[in-house]
Amino acid sequence: MSVSVETRDVSITFGAGPAAVRVLPSVSFSVGPGECFGLVGESGSGKSTVLRCISMLTDIWTGDILIDGKPVREMPLIERCRTLQMVFQDPYGSLHPRQSVRTVLSEPLAIHRLGDREERMRKAITDVGLPVSFLDRFPHQLSGGQRQRVAIARALILEPSLLLLDEPTSALDVSVQAEILNLLQRLREERGFTYIMVTHDLAVVDHMCDRFAVMLHGEITEVLPREAIPANGATHPYARELIGASLEYESAH
Amino acid sequence: MEKPILEVDNLRIRYGGASAEAVRGVSFTLGRERLGIVGESGSGKSTVGRALLRLLPGATITADKLRFGELDLLTLSEKEMLKVRGRRMSMILQDPKFSLNPIRRVGDQVAETYLRHFRCSKAEARDKALAMLEAVKIRDPERVYDQYPHEISGGMGQRVMIAMMLLADPDLVIADEPTSALDVTVRLQVLNILDGLVRDRGIGLIMISHDLNLVRNFCDRVLIMYAGRVVETLAARDLDRAEHPYTRGLLAAQPRIGGGRAPLAVLDRQLEWLEEKA
Repeated sequence: MSVSVETRDVSITFGAGPAAVRVLPSVSFSVGPGECFGLVGESGSGKSTVLRCISMLTDIWTGDILIDGKPVREMPLIERCRTLQMVFQDPYGSLHPRQSVRTVLSEPLAIHRLGDREERMRKAITDVGLPVSFLDRFPHQLSGGQRQRVAIARALILEPSLLLLDEPTSALDVSVQAEILNLLQRLREERGFTYIMVTHDLAVVDHMCDRFAVMLHGEITEVLPREAIPANGATHPYARELIGASLEYESAH
Repeated sequence: MEKPILEVDNLRIRYGGASAEAVRGVSFTLGRERLGIVGESGSGKSTVGRALLRLLPGATITADKLRFGELDLLTLSEKEMLKVRGRRMSMILQDPKFSLNPIRRVGDQVAETYLRHFRCSKAEARDKALAMLEAVKIRDPERVYDQYPHEISGGMGQRVMIAMMLLADPDLVIADEPTSALDVTVRLQVLNILDGLVRDRGIGLIMISHDLNLVRNFCDRVLIMYAGRVVETLAARDLDRAEHPYTRGLLAAQPRIGGGRAPLAVLDRQLEWLEEKA
């Protein structure tokens, strides 16, 4: 159930007239089935916008995005939601404060008219390493790491093939980050998910991704394999600077 | 040994209405050095920083000793405290987007520190502020002085904060997650500037952070906090040789560039870490 993703010349402009800002001039990259692809770059470089374009949360882009060869724009909503799901950055903001975990997880099942709801919810919550009793908790009764697990369970419950991860661990402590990264790693091995992961931490990229793209002002400067990080094998000056800074930050004594 | 700037002994803080103490018996002394306080969110590290500046209305602060230079921070009146805050002890906050006043020019905000604490003319304060903006490596300080916070970048905003906090030449600066809102490339630059100024002026620095790499690189000594207590104190260069299982767990949980892809170690929290040492 792995899918490939291909984006060709994706471009997006916000605003109109003289105030228009071209956020992504032209983005093209392809991700193989079952691959974990990283997007890195400074804030405002358009990393999250790329994810929002792929997921059609923002749909005013031009160009082509193909998921397993099919244009995402032409996919019916129901099919799209069962193919791709997104996990957002801040688990404190992405769960409804007055909905229990059960409500959060049952809503997609109701929309998609899936049976065995109880069964599916139990499976999703166990898959992310939480006890079934947590179904009746509210977000304020959960820690940050547990909330992010619920957010991942919400994405998993429709059994998608592509997960879009928007800085899934940057709001969490190192110790909790480790738990979430291990979980994502395990799920990928078990289910063959394709991941596209936005992050600003190259150590996380090195741990999780096979290849990654370095973005600057909405453009992909370079796509590099993970092996290029430790020796700083980038050729574009900005990519070199970014990797250099991360290496220095991590190893300087 | 030279006289310490700050002596804290058995500091305990309880927020109003809370049943348990947020900080339970923290003791340390600080000389002219850079001290890091690390821990997870909720471990009480920021609460310690805020307590030193007495910025916790409604909380009960007790300690056997809380001395800052010749002052006893526990007994100072609020009026006396105003002369300490910003002048002798100041705090750099996490996100410049939220800690600068959005409707005042950044230069005026920097100069305000000087106007408030010294008898001087506005022109003098402006000159001081401009010199300080230059010291934090802001190109063209004259132009930046007249800009508003939304017109400058995050890295620049944080440098403005540093300028503001160092302008009165304090003895102690508390930096509470000074760079976690910044990009990696900018982060190092800002930290190097802060580090240079703190060293040159012989200011004591308390760096509060959850980032082990940061304290390793920019501190001399590190306190590791867990659930309101200091579980271990180490020289920053000995961080790899930490003995407490919590510190070791934190280090192992960190993904590293060039590290293996084996699952990361996960903290196995022990109840005994919560207990106070006799």
